[in-house]
Amino acid sequence: MPKRIVCGVVLGLFWIVSAVTPASAVEVERVVSPGGIEAWLVRDHSVPITAIEFSFRGAGGAQDPAGKAGLAEMTSSVIDEGAGDLDSQAFQGKAEELSVHIKFDAGMETFRGSLKTLNRHRDDAVELLRLALTEPRFDPEPVDRIRQQIIVGLQQQSTNPDVIASRVWRRAVFADHPYGRPVSGTVDSIAGITVADMKDFVSSRFARDELVIGVVGDIAADELGPMLDGIFGALPKTSRAIAVAETAIGSSGETFVIEMDNPQSVVVFGQAGVGRDDPDYYAAYVMNYVLGGGGFASRLYREVREKRGLAYSVYSYLNPTRRGAVISGGVATRNDQVATSLSVIRDEWRRMYEDGPNAEELANAKTFLNGSYPLRLSSTGSIARMLVSMQYYDLGQDYIERRQEFINAVTLADVKRAAKRILAPEKMTVVVVGKPQGITPTSKAPEIKS
Amino acid sequence: MARLATLFVLSIIFAATAALPGRAAVFKPETFTLSNGMQVVVVSNHRVPVVTHMIWYKTGAMDEPPGKSGLAHYFEHLMFKGTKTLKPGEFSAIVARNGGRENAFTSQDYTGYYQSVAVDRLELMMKIEADRMTNLVLTDEIIEPERQVVIEERRSRTDNNPSAMLREQVSTALFQNHPYRIPIIGWQHEIEGLTRDDLIAFYRAWYAPNNAILVISGDVTMETVRPLAEKYYGVIPARTLPDRVDWIEPPLKADRHVELKHPRVRQPNWSRRFIAPGNLYGATEHAESLQVLSEILSGGATSRLYRTLVVENKTAIETGAWYSGDGRGPGTFGFYVSPPAEGDIQAAAAAVDAEIAKLVENGVTAEEVSRAVSQLQASAIYALDSYRTPARVLGGALAIGRTIEDVESWPERIGAVTVDSVNRAIATVFKDKRSVTALLLPEPTS
Repeated sequence: MPKRIVCGVVLGLFWIVSAVTPASAVEVERVVSPGGIEAWLVRDHSVPITAIEFSFRGAGGAQDPAGKAGLAEMTSSVIDEGAGDLDSQAFQGKAEELSVHIKFDAGMETFRGSLKTLNRHRDDAVELLRLALTEPRFDPEPVDRIRQQIIVGLQQQSTNPDVIASRVWRRAVFADHPYGRPVSGTVDSIAGITVADMKDFVSSRFARDELVIGVVGDIAADELGPMLDGIFGALPKTSRAIAVAETAIGSSGETFVIEMDNPQSVVVFGQAGVGRDDPDYYAAYVMNYVLGGGGFASRLYREVREKRGLAYSVYSYLNPTRRGAVISGGVATRNDQVATSLSVIRDEWRRMYEDGPNAEELANAKTFLNGSYPLRLSSTGSIARMLVSMQYYDLGQDYIERRQEFINAVTLADVKRAAKRILAPEKMTVVVVGKPQGITPTSKAPEIKS
Repeated sequence: MARLATLFVLSIIFAATAALPGRAAVFKPETFTLSNGMQVVVVSNHRVPVVTHMIWYKTGAMDEPPGKSGLAHYFEHLMFKGTKTLKPGEFSAIVARNGGRENAFTSQDYTGYYQSVAVDRLELMMKIEADRMTNLVLTDEIIEPERQVVIEERRSRTDNNPSAMLREQVSTALFQNHPYRIPIIGWQHEIEGLTRDDLIAFYRAWYAPNNAILVISGDVTMETVRPLAEKYYGVIPARTLPDRVDWIEPPLKADRHVELKHPRVRQPNWSRRFIAPGNLYGATEHAESLQVLSEILSGGATSRLYRTLVVENKTAIETGAWYSGDGRGPGTFGFYVSPPAEGDIQAAAAAVDAEIAKLVENGVTAEEVSRAVSQLQASAIYALDSYRTPARVLGGALAIGRTIEDVESWPERIGAVTVDSVNRAIATVFKDKRSVTALLLPEPTS
């Protein structure tokens, strides 16, 4: 798909937190195809739509070779630009004619794909998906066009304060580790990616041993099996492993300032967090909800926005990736109030570190996190994504039912322990982009390339 | 907007329905009207035991008194403060404690509030939403910090963002008379001047059951909703509403050019906007044809503009068109383009201009119309997928004065669009018409 560069509409901010409860209406089946490909399925008869979501583990931006940052992402943008006998226009035209939505994108740790189709076009839709995964053409015209679009997009982002703040922050805490690079690559690295690189990516990373699949729709297990073989059966059995070094998150209390002549400063702050498989994960999750993840209910929201009117947006979130897990947050505030906002945020960080939440906050967090979980099951696609994530993190087939137990098991002592372990107020790394008053940088900001 | 969120309500170009044989119907809602004039709409979706509860007020930024820009939006923020029985912040605390997610949004035409919750918490949401329709308490201690929040929101959305700054300026050039010219979030100096009396007067004028619509979608039926709606909303007395100004936009008699050079711009962008009929404004019979035209021009990688300028001629790296006609006032039909990295913005603009001239001269083809129609009709089926979408679509239509039948028959009306009807719409909107052209350029480096 062409990259959308011009986006004329402002989207809402969504808090990156989530919620949970037993959604007993959803039953997860494990389906294994005749060819041995596994998918998790939720049968849904409510709409004439089928959604397939899948993910290749270890095929994200962190695994891009040195000097080739952006390879996974660029490949994700090119493989639906012509495959098999269909050139770019023919492929896209066929998808549009049938109103089939096929999308690929690269994250830090995975390469993701999705298909959404009306049931009446399902056979044609899965054939398009198979072609894109197994016979992408990489014709010169689309490769060049997509490359230019990515480069122009990167150049535009190079003056965006939110993008700069987040990139500098990651560069500061991950240093030269791949997690400190943007998944999207840089102008130079994108310019240097060849068709051979992308072909090698496809042949070595798209493999059945690293594939996880979620399907939602009106389809029986015995129909789904052959369909899975049809789409994924031709992929190699095993992928070429790419080792990524363990990260050592360097967060040592630095404050960096990048000057930009804007009326409002954009601030990113945070430090190392915990991964999804960490024993303290649920405790950290609850802790973050109380601190800054809980939207209108969070401490940061109340202190920074509600009481003092310092910002429209203030939040924290956990990013529990396998290697580079962080707890991070942000605020956007007028230049002459950055110091005040940061001081309030640091106080809250410290208060949580020292005392944890109180019993009422813990109880409220649990009721929200449990009660709001089914809200995530909003569409065929969102349920299919959840099935993928349950497999990716080894959460178990009964996770949707059991999640509530994990949340309920968190005690006040657990959250306090997690807060003590994760939050280190004096070690928070802070990046400010703007013309902040009263902020003294501790040293020069690390350089990022656009 | 929202407390978190969306100031600009997107017009989902989608519309609704299914290419079902016979009489199409999209959401199949049930509806009735309470004795105080408040319409209630229910759409059932039983996949998961959750609901979205939305209330839409038929008032937005365009209803603000002169000199009071930003009032509707600022007021929306304050609806989350206390009432006679709830302390400030308690509304949101109750929603969160019950596992709900909530937000609100303000557009030129309407203001909406919603919560998504487990179905067994619906009654509680109705109770507190009805409470704040009449019992809001505003004090200076409450409104002052929130005023600063709104101004920070303005900085985030507009003042920190060159393309948003330009868009704001463009609206003042496109609409000479209609309040659509004034930004929803308001001019900063006017936000600063809004008083508690202004806010209360706005509340008393417009927040009434006979100016509101309740839309609930999800795991419910009208049978369960009706008694609850009567109990909580039905008891609120109707009020006499202010007269609305029937704004008419005079013809544009001169082309206008708006240009912003900004050091943060890396990629030049050109856009051109024409005033167009809306679903409720002007020559409304063209609305569906204009949706089809927008799909033909801009609906994906094989659409006319992208294919011609980006794939074939390489005069552009990105281009498209849009039609928005789902407000009470005039619609807009727009085009945009960005040149390749080393390309020429004027050449890219000329290429779009040539496409507009070609449209006026030659119109569209039967194949283009047929493809666009089927894509739009498919979008109506996809709209059924999420339990949230029906409430958004129906509420957005009803809040500007359209009917459920308008929404339900949309696929049929789209299906009735022909080459001739699109060509007539093209002549109406573009032929010998003035427009507003916007240029976003990098600040010269030397």
